[in-house]
Formats: sequence, structure tokens, C-alpha cells
Amino acid sequence: MSNSEPGPRISVVDLVKSFGDKRVLDGVNLDVMVGESVVVVGGSGAGKTVLIKHMIGLMHPDSGQVVMDGVDLTTASPQAALEVRKRCGMSFQEGALFDSMTVFDNIAFPIRRHRDVGPGAVAARVRECLGLVRLEGVEDKLPAELSGGMRRRVGFARAIALEPMILLFDEPTTGLDPINTAAIATVIDRLRRQLSVSLVTITHDMSLAFRVADRIAMIRRGRIVAVGEPEAFRASPDPYVQAFLKGEVPEEEEEMA
Amino acid sequence: MNVLAWLDRLGRALLAVFEDLGRFFYVMAQAALWTPRRPFDGREWMRQMVRVGWDTIPVVLLTCLFTGMVLALQTFRGFERFHAEGFVGSVVALSLTRELAPVLTGLMAAGRVGSAMAAELGTMRVTEQIDALYAMATEPIHYLVVPRVNASILMLPLLTLVGDAIGIFGGWLVSVGLFGANSYIYLERTFQFLEVNDVTSGLIKAAFFGLILSVTGCSKGFYTTGGAEGVGRSTTAAVVQACLYILLSDFFLTRVLF
Repeated sequence: MSNSEPGPRISVVDLVKSFGDKRVLDGVNLDVMVGESVVVVGGSGAGKTVLIKHMIGLMHPDSGQVVMDGVDLTTASPQAALEVRKRCGMSFQEGALFDSMTVFDNIAFPIRRHRDVGPGAVAARVRECLGLVRLEGVEDKLPAELSGGMRRRVGFARAIALEPMILLFDEPTTGLDPINTAAIATVIDRLRRQLSVSLVTITHDMSLAFRVADRIAMIRRGRIVAVGEPEAFRASPDPYVQAFLKGEVPEEEEEMA
Repeated sequence: MNVLAWLDRLGRALLAVFEDLGRFFYVMAQAALWTPRRPFDGREWMRQMVRVGWDTIPVVLLTCLFTGMVLALQTFRGFERFHAEGFVGSVVALSLTRELAPVLTGLMAAGRVGSAMAAELGTMRVTEQIDALYAMATEPIHYLVVPRVNASILMLPLLTLVGDAIGIFGGWLVSVGLFGANSYIYLERTFQFLEVNDVTSGLIKAAFFGLILSVTGCSKGFYTTGGAEGVGRSTTAAVVQACLYILLSDFFLTRVLF
């Protein structure tokens, strides 16, 4: 059914954003197709997080467009943008769970807010979402009582609570140990296969990128320098991509971090 | 060169002041705009009203009780000199209802509630919880600021009423208990010159102070940057500025209301 409507779900067109005199995004173009999983990789300070925040309207560009399902987020009325965002789910770097609420209330929050359903249906959906991220028995815990990896998975569960068409992951594995990193990759891969969503993941973790991507895009100094399917990406002639794949980041990039 | 550097600093300071004021009025306008919109989050309004109102009662009780007591103590000593001890009750009642109860309640609430708002919203900002709200198609102003501002506007007058009553009681306690004034006459004098307008003008002031302290706290928290240190800065700034704004606006409100 999602294949019946071809064309991009999100189009980023010539996006430019500066902070002070530092140009963080310098004309970014990127399309995410319906049901596609795109991973954007790049070093710290390359503009990854700024890009994903533009994709959901958390930041406003200096110029350029973000078109989501035909609506240009940069010019849409606040009300229209709000409607578009109901079809998005976003997971944040540290989970960004509401720390005054239990895990259950965190995941139930968007459902109670946007769906007119009874408590039974809310509870069923919360359990279903927790199941999708392979967590159970944590409903009554507070975020502070969870490990970093669990917090992020609760964040995923909250992001998928409204059955979004677009899922955005901001650095889902940063700061986690290898075991948790692998678990997160498994969960994202599962979500990608089980839900008919478009995925955008921002990361510098190449193993995660190869695991969950239909296409990988490399961002450097605010521009997309290479984009392609994982195998094509791996074979890219771009020296910077090759250096990044080997884990060697030139010094000039580090000072931008 | 030195003059230029000095001008540069002056300009930056002025810009910071205007930026601050802009945020204050922007948050206030947004809160007003979002207040009538749905969904109405009754649970969150209730929670904030309990925090602003009920939880602040102890400090208001203590502050206003002792202020009433010290007022009686001071005026009694003073009025004794020209044999006007009989009017201590009137002075205590008028000072409290018109001026001291609303201002002290406002200052206490700024310290207790305004700072908590700045710290809570500031922490939510630096841990991306405010971004998360936005990403879940929930306007942060609507969910976070609207209940806090409205709860403060509604609760501050009630707290002030409590303060009025306990302060008058404190004055009575000192006059009757310490100086042996006649309880009946004291109470009669207390209410003899007290007009409805004295109390209501105090309550209107209190509602304004509630608006000021909550908008200051919320806007400081909302625009926090720079991690834990930033949250600390916002919290301090929220209390200092709210107190300042309350004392400044008190003069103009008094000028307008009387």
C-alpha cells in the first residue's frame, strides 16, 4: 500500500543554515522515498543533527525547503506543520524522555494527546510499542531508573506510538557500549521491516549504517558529498568517504567538532 | 579605541536587555494565544495550581504572620508617642491588604515557584524534552507554559488573601498579647477603615505578580542554553528578574489602582 504512492516522502532542497558566520548547512539536497531507510553519516560538526532538526521543523533554514508529503515545512502555517508532525516520530540522542513521567506515561503521552481512545486501548498500544522495541516489565519505572540503551528504546517506542509514516533517529547509538549498540541496530532493523515507514537515521556509526540503510548519504561541511546504496557507497571513489570508512578522519574535520 | 570597546560593551548589554524583554513579551503573548485552544489539559492545570497555591501556603503564612506582627510592634511604638495606639489595627490592616501581602506573596512565590519553573523548563530544554514535545506535534508553550502561567494568575490572589488574614491575626496577636490592647476595640478599628477596594486592589496586584513571575520563570527556562550551568544561570536570573519586575511594577500598579 505504501508502494502505491511513489515519490519522495521527504524532500530536502538546497537547505542553507548558518549560525553566526559559520555555515552549518551549505545547500543540502536529499530525498527520502516512501518506505525507504536513509542513513546520513558524517563526522561531528558536519551538520547531521542540524539537518535532522530541519527535517521535522525544529529549526528554520536561512533558505531552501523541506517538503514533507507535499507540505513545505518552511512556509507552512504552524497549524499545518503541526498536522504534518503528527505523522512523524523522532527519537532523540539521549532519549529525551519526560523524566517526571513513568515509561508508560511517556509512551502514552502522544496517544492520549492525539488519539481519542479509552485507557484500555492506550495500554494495549503502549504494550505493543514496548514489544516492538523488545522491552517488557518496565512500564512503571521512571526514566532515571533505566540504562542508557533502555532509555533510547523507550524513546523509540514513544516515537512509533502514533504509527508514524516517517521515523527520525538522531544518533541512536552514540555513547552506548557495543552490546547495546548491537541491540539498538537490531531494533531499528526490525522496525524498518515490520512497519511501513520511511526512516532517516543520523549517525557516525558505520556498522549501524550498513545494517539498516537502503541508501547511505555522507555529509561533510554542510554538503552531501556522496550518496548511494550501501555497496555502491562502500565502493565510492571519494577519498573522504574511504577515509571515513576506515575510521580515519582528517584533522581539518576534527577542529570543526 | 578604549571608547569603542566601552561602546561595544554598552551596546551588547543593551541588546541583551532588549532580547530579554522581547522573550518575556513573546512568551506572554504566546501563552495568551494558546490558553483558549484545545486540548484543555485539566490534569496539568490542577497539578500546577497545587504547586503554585497549596505548596506555597506555608511560606506565605510564615512571612505574612511575622510581617503583621512586626508591623504592629513598630507602629505601636511609634503611635504611642502621640497617643494613637488605637489606630495600630487600621495601619496593620491597610498596609497588609494594599501593599505588603501581595508584594511579599509575589516575592516568595517568585523564589519558590518562579525558580522551579525556570529550572524545570531549563532542564527540559537542555535534555531535548522540549524538542521532543514539539516533535510529538505538541506545542511546548501550550503544554508547559499555559498551565503554569494561568495557575499563577489564579493562585497568587488566593495566597494573598491567606496572607491578609494571617497578617492581621499577627498584628492582633502582638497588640493584644504583648501590649494588652482591648481585643474588641482592636478588631473594630481594624475593619472600621478597611474598604473593599483595599483588598481587591491588593488581589489584582497579586494576579499581576503571578503573571510576571510565571512568565519570567517560563521564558528564562524556555530559552536556556549551555547544559547544567545554563540551567543554574536561568534559575538565578528568573528569581532576580521576577523580584525586580514585581517591585518596579508595584509602583505603577499602585499609581493606577488607587
